[in-house]
Amino acid sequence: MSNNDKQDDVGTTGHSWDGIEELNNPLPRWWVWILYLTIVWAIGYTIAYPAWPLVTGATEGVLGFSTRGQVQEDILRVEEQNADLLERLTTIDLAAVADDDELHGFAINAGSSIFAANCSQCHGRGAAGVQAGGYPNLLDDDWLWGGNIEEIVYTVTHGIRNEQSFDSRYSEMPKFGADEILIDDEITALVQHVRAISGQEHDAELATTGAELFLDNCASCHGDAGEGMAELGAPNLSDAIWLYGGDEETIYASIYNARFGVMPAWSEEYRAAGGLSAAEINAVAVYVHQLGGAQ
Amino acid sequence: MSTENPPSLYAKREPVFPRKVKGTFRTLKWAIMAVTLGIYYLTPWIRWDRGAELPDQAVLIDLAHRRFFFFWIEIWPHEFYFIAGLLIMAGLGLFLFTSAMGRVWCGYTCPQTVWTDLFIATERWIEGDRNARVRLWNAKWDGRKVRLRVTKYFTWLLIGLATGGAWVFYFTDAPTLFTNLLNGSAHPIAYTTMAVLAVTTVFFGGIAREQVCIYACPWPRIQAAMMDEDTITIGYREWRGEPRKHSEALKTGEPMGDCIDCKACVTVCPMGIDIRDGQQMACITCGLCIDACDDMMAKIGKPRGLVDYLSLDDAEAEAAGKPTKPVWQHILRPRTLIYSTLWSIVGIGLVVALFIRTDIDMTVAPVRNPVYVTLSDGTIRNVYEVRLRNKHGEERPFELSLNSEAPLLVSLQGQEEGDLTVMVPADSTHLVRVFVSAEQGSEGALGDRTPLRFWIEDSINEERAFDDTYFNGTGGS
Repeated sequence: MSNNDKQDDVGTTGHSWDGIEELNNPLPRWWVWILYLTIVWAIGYTIAYPAWPLVTGATEGVLGFSTRGQVQEDILRVEEQNADLLERLTTIDLAAVADDDELHGFAINAGSSIFAANCSQCHGRGAAGVQAGGYPNLLDDDWLWGGNIEEIVYTVTHGIRNEQSFDSRYSEMPKFGADEILIDDEITALVQHVRAISGQEHDAELATTGAELFLDNCASCHGDAGEGMAELGAPNLSDAIWLYGGDEETIYASIYNARFGVMPAWSEEYRAAGGLSAAEINAVAVYVHQLGGAQ
Repeated sequence: MSTENPPSLYAKREPVFPRKVKGTFRTLKWAIMAVTLGIYYLTPWIRWDRGAELPDQAVLIDLAHRRFFFFWIEIWPHEFYFIAGLLIMAGLGLFLFTSAMGRVWCGYTCPQTVWTDLFIATERWIEGDRNARVRLWNAKWDGRKVRLRVTKYFTWLLIGLATGGAWVFYFTDAPTLFTNLLNGSAHPIAYTTMAVLAVTTVFFGGIAREQVCIYACPWPRIQAAMMDEDTITIGYREWRGEPRKHSEALKTGEPMGDCIDCKACVTVCPMGIDIRDGQQMACITCGLCIDACDDMMAKIGKPRGLVDYLSLDDAEAEAAGKPTKPVWQHILRPRTLIYSTLWSIVGIGLVVALFIRTDIDMTVAPVRNPVYVTLSDGTIRNVYEVRLRNKHGEERPFELSLNSEAPLLVSLQGQEEGDLTVMVPADSTHLVRVFVSAEQGSEGALGDRTPLRFWIEDSINEERAFDDTYFNGTGGS
């Protein structure tokens, strides 16, 4: 091939690598203009947007833009979009929510977030409760205060055994041991009876004694057969589910000291801060209801 | 380079006024332009029936619903590997074509080339051929120049608008959008996209032209590295052409080469280069210089091919008077065969993947927090989040069933016991909570992990799909 004519026009940079030389071609002029333009743009940008660090912050920029403000705007926009759904959630018959795919999906998603933020601390993220603390499992079919959706809404709104709401669910079990209502042997016998009616290993002789004590002391709340009473939040003692535990030691402790599980009222009506609106309570109730244990 | 006259650091662009040319490669370029632009502009208007609830546009990128429709194929986001595969094939295809035929992509099919070609043709149609355009460029601004320039830019803008217009039709139903665009009710994004594309098209195709290829595009650098001595590219037979007319030879009376230095190859070049300088980065191998030179050779009664497609190997051999290789030997080489093989493997893989995927599908995610729940009667229950996928254009009833060695009961959240039919809406994924339970003391309840298989059956065409998972028992505790 012929020699490159350009070499005569522009020359080389004088660099040579293994005989390969670099032509000293000029840049296109517009390229230079673009460089100047980017500098002008950058100056304008630092004036328009937050840029220069100062001692306690940064320049705010004449456009007043901030990422925090952008998030606020996004939240407001989403809230506006959801306003209609939240409105429907407060007015609709909750039992019918499941038939409305859009509302049901919204309630489950909203309820899941509300649950994670407010309920999971005690009931666990998966709603399985914590037996050691007596925080009920919300996935099973055993409900202390009733498990249909209206009852769940009531429990969340007013809470249990709290001083925030006058309408909170309330009951109190006597401390049979600590207040010396029953003596030690009687409590031991009761433990065996409770183990018997819940189908666990037990001492049959003691259980027979316990059965009589049960009718005198416990049946008024827990029922003759130990089936519990939702009106009083008295647990079913004859099933396989234990709020605090079904071993002898735990049952003994439950009778001796009694239990007094507390749940706060979540309605914003009863809380200075961090309360839930009616729509939010309905959403969390729908969420809990569909987890699988509800009635 | 003289020291008294140092080169400028920055150069003004030398305007390029490509002359009209006729010939084999020009005809080929017209044909390719017609086909590629035809595909681009017409594709969104092809209709394809997919059922009542799916769009009837043959090629549609439905961003809002995250679907890509291509005739009978529908791609969901989780099948993005098809796009990845196509990109790999496009890459390997470029390797293949570049190693065999140089920058053939640049010269014939690159959108930058096709649109620039279209813009140059428009310019020639309005302002005349090369000489007229050079005169107009140098002329003072008068009524005629203003009229011609305004007409040219207006026409370019219309082409740009049509380009941007065709683009937006790929993303929504074309006829609807067309009506909306006309009566002003289309989404602002559609108008903005059209405006941006109109301006950039005019800028790249009409104003920047060859500078995009020379300064902005990385391909020339990459392709240069992929070409070798066997690659068929455009060359000048200097051993035949030189010494050219107008050179020193004229004075000394030496025998002259075939090149009459008519500069036909230079004036037709859209890149504004002289191919006689040899292979260079700015050459997009469009072949127009070959047409121009062949035309001149015919006129002066010399054989064609002074400028021609030829490989570096052949150029060397021919110059030395040795035999050259036949074309097929340049194309069928281990290198191109390896590229072809890789390309085919990916292609066959994609086609197979396309045919083995089902229209219905399920994924089962066991809920692990907690892994099981004890019910009041001692039953152990697991919960599964089951996603059912229906790709049909209408709602389908899916029948859920379960296969396991241990006796397990299955039910659906919000449905009656025994009702295992789920209606899955058209072209969507539907999430259901599935409860599986084992009676107290049964094998599944006491076991640790019991394997189980969920089945779904489309009640209409009996298509089936399954997913495997485990049932978690108490592990004996």
